[in-house]
Amino acid sequence: MPKLNTFAAIHQAIAEELERDARVIMFGEGVATKRADLVQAFGNRVRNTPLAEAIIAGTAAGAAATGLRPVIDLLFAPFMTYSMDAIVNSAGKLRYMSGGQFAFPMVAMAMTGSGWTVGAQHNHNNEAWFVHSPGLKVVMPSSPADFKGLLKAAIRDENPVLFFVDMALTHVEGEVPEGDHVVPLGKAALLRQGRDVTLISYAKTVHTCLDAAAKLAEQGISAEVIDLRSLKPLDEATILASVRKTGRVVVVHEASRLCGVGAEVAALISEHAVDALRAPVKRITGPDVPAPSSYVLEQAFTPQAPAIVEAVCELAARTKREVVTA
Amino acid sequence: MLIRAYEEKLVELQQSGGAAGTCTSVGEEASAVGVVAALSHDDLILTNHRSAGHLLARGADPGRMMAEVMGRRTGYCHGKSGSLHISVKDLGVVLTSTIVGGELSLVTGVALSNQMLGKPGIATAFFGDGAACEGVFHESLNLASVWKLPILYVCENNQWQAFVHRAEAMAAWNVAEHAAPYGITAQTVDGNDVIAVHAAARHAIDEIRRTGRPYLLEVQTYRQRGHYEPDDQAYVDPEELARWKARDPILLLSKKLWHDKVLTGRDLGAMNARVKEQIEAAARFAAHSPMPEPADLLTDVYA
Repeated sequence: MPKLNTFAAIHQAIAEELERDARVIMFGEGVATKRADLVQAFGNRVRNTPLAEAIIAGTAAGAAATGLRPVIDLLFAPFMTYSMDAIVNSAGKLRYMSGGQFAFPMVAMAMTGSGWTVGAQHNHNNEAWFVHSPGLKVVMPSSPADFKGLLKAAIRDENPVLFFVDMALTHVEGEVPEGDHVVPLGKAALLRQGRDVTLISYAKTVHTCLDAAAKLAEQGISAEVIDLRSLKPLDEATILASVRKTGRVVVVHEASRLCGVGAEVAALISEHAVDALRAPVKRITGPDVPAPSSYVLEQAFTPQAPAIVEAVCELAARTKREVVTA
Repeated sequence: MLIRAYEEKLVELQQSGGAAGTCTSVGEEASAVGVVAALSHDDLILTNHRSAGHLLARGADPGRMMAEVMGRRTGYCHGKSGSLHISVKDLGVVLTSTIVGGELSLVTGVALSNQMLGKPGIATAFFGDGAACEGVFHESLNLASVWKLPILYVCENNQWQAFVHRAEAMAAWNVAEHAAPYGITAQTVDGNDVIAVHAAARHAIDEIRRTGRPYLLEVQTYRQRGHYEPDDQAYVDPEELARWKARDPILLLSKKLWHDKVLTGRDLGAMNARVKEQIEAAARFAAHSPMPEPADLLTDVYA
């Protein structure tokens, strides 16, 4: 299987979907400049736009409702505040408000997350805002293969999909299946099987959880790792099955804690599997502060593996029943 | 006359508790009628919260519109819109947004679809002077010009931005002044003269079809009633209101038709009575229509 980095995997997905379906178009700031080969192949279906996020997103919503399948690149997630009306009020609501007369098959891409030291107006993990908005779907992958497969699924979906790209993952390489590799929306990935604790995450902190799981294994603790991949729809079945198996949960994400995805996961577990819990659900998240720039502060902002290991040990200590050693 | 009767019936229903308050276009009917009559079947319309005129001029059924306002299942949007956001895809009235300026952000996409899919129609966006003060108005004009999109921008300058007179809130006197910097041709027309509006709209549409480029038509008119119902209009200069009411578009056209001997006073009276009966029938249809089922709450969210 060929190895690609995330940028290349995303590019491959877009190229394949442009080839597959003539209704797919892509536009945004510098899209045509950065993807000159796609302009060569697909002409004005790949376009640069003015630096104006509101009209980029509005144009995508209008085009989606009338026969095209736009993919837009909004560059950095904080810029989406300018696009919120088109995404939230138009694409998310006008299907419902029109009594089902319209559909909005569109994808809005944006980068976020620590790693590039770009500071809070280029880095804001605001994915939960969109999870909270009806009519939208939200995806945030962690591996090049999933970036390709989920983007292809997002482009084929009949609904508006927010596709977040964690900046720290853009140059990470991984094996990516060639050809029509489609990963369904709403399906989490069980990346590591375990018995004692479930680590639930998405985007870059999935890798942090995998690192933590490896360290925990050295201590004889067997950790299961779930990559949510899709934040909406959320794969509740996979989460609950794992909780019933391990009885302990740590949810990890870089976005801030208050009303974040981790809060939803914890609430889901308390509603449907509280009887299976052997310890309270623990969250390890970014703090409620704007993302800093300095690398040192960025790393302090971002959940790290030792904190996860510590949290798991704390949960294990609180549990009367001994953790089964491997 | 149909639009006026429809909206006045809704005002009556609001006052008697039979329907929620609406944003009427009383006094602005010549714009809707003059522009929509100039559009062809292929052309699409995007409108806003003051949309009853555009819908009725396009041939929407006043019964299904009223049913929508009254939250009935037989409404065009099955009761999920209310008066504010009625869209009728089959009539080409698409993507009604009541976020002021929302239609301006969407119309470029609708026109892009037409352009990319080789469809002949033009996309028409009705908006007010208030929307012209939104940033997205400028983003929309700019992109439409850069991408050469076949869009008819119709600014219904009704002098009021909700509760604020446009003289207080807008630096330019005419919205059309904004078009030239974006390389867009524009014209301002007396919006209470339906014949003038229609002629200007036909000219604008011909230009769009000839050049493939956007065009901005500004229709100078007046919102004779409040921002929504009920609204006592205590903030409105009575002299200004009286001046515009004296130039009411229906009154002006009726006088002209009578003066030119196209219609007699009796014809006009009969026409008015027919329209009133049509609206009463529409109101009866709406009132007797079933309410949605509670389970309908959760449908139509995702495709």
